[in-house]
Amino acid sequence: MHIAEGYLPPLHAVAWGAASAPFVVHGVRALNREVRSNPESTLLLGASGAFTFVLSALKIPSVTGSCSHPTGTGLGAILFRPPIMAVLGTITLLFQALLLAHGGLTTLGANVFSMAVVGPWAGYGVYRLLRRFDVPLMVSVFFGAFVADLSTYCVTSVQLALAFPDPGSGIPGALAKFGGIFAVTQLPLAVSEGLLTVLVMRLLSRSSKGELTRLGVLVTGAKKEASAR
Amino acid sequence: MSRNARINTLLLLAVAALAVLPLVLGLGDHKEEPFTGADGEAEAAITELEPDYEPWFTPLYEPPSGEVESALFSLQAALGAGVLAYYFGLRRGRRQGEERAAARRDGDITPDDPAPDPSGARSRGEGTDTAATAP
Repeated sequence: MHIAEGYLPPLHAVAWGAASAPFVVHGVRALNREVRSNPESTLLLGASGAFTFVLSALKIPSVTGSCSHPTGTGLGAILFRPPIMAVLGTITLLFQALLLAHGGLTTLGANVFSMAVVGPWAGYGVYRLLRRFDVPLMVSVFFGAFVADLSTYCVTSVQLALAFPDPGSGIPGALAKFGGIFAVTQLPLAVSEGLLTVLVMRLLSRSSKGELTRLGVLVTGAKKEASAR
Repeated sequence: MSRNARINTLLLLAVAALAVLPLVLGLGDHKEEPFTGADGEAEAAITELEPDYEPWFTPLYEPPSGEVESALFSLQAALGAGVLAYYFGLRRGRRQGEERAAARRDGDITPDDPAPDPSGARSRGEGTDTAATAP
């Protein structure tokens, strides 16, 4: 989903940078607040960032005959809310842009917008919606991570279609083309990411029960009764 | 294997199957270069849509070879996996320590017990018991 260095016209690069910047600044503030008020959550924050690091380094074969990678942003968004994930996602993208020539500095704004802003928010939204309708926790986590992953790739397709409309069929034609490359490839990978996120959440719900309760992911019996009343 | 471990193993197997099936079924056979990166395909599509487009900025650092690039990718995955493993290891150790301390408070083990081995083994046994029955 990385748009390669220099592959967005300057105007687009600046516009996406301007769109992403407020989310990242707000995220840094939210992150500072979280670390200051709950120093014990630093470890779990590190683990959420690490999950994104692992998943976005895994290039997995897909049904279209090409390879792509998951994003790993759903987990952190569900645990710590999307603003904090904007920061963790940006750190991952910076690492890849600077050391791997994967993505780039001029396209960082666009890549941050798709992977660290829209993905986490869309995934978190779906997760919260499902939880509100009393869908079981792990099912909600699966669909939250699935949507976070897939929406990231859909946004990348839109970004490229806006920058490079098809000479004949315009932006919709280009969108079909880029969507065919990114979104279709990503479908099975989004399922993989959903399953891996459920796996980590299962491990966390056993090892870090207190932490997940404090973050509001796990609800204790007493609280459940109170909210039912 | 406990029910919990079985479910976790099934989850991992499903992920592995999703990654391997496209290779086994030969879903890349229609391509000249099967299973290249989707990012690269997007670059090719851009060149198709706008043959005159020239990237106006080049990466500050580019890995000199595919080997160095895959080494850096492995480094990224290893860093992430290392932090995750550290987290879960630390949590596990802490939980076991708490269980042992609780057992000691209950009088199972006295602090100056000369032979803590049998009771230590018992408290560890209790630990795995609760782990197996936890949902």
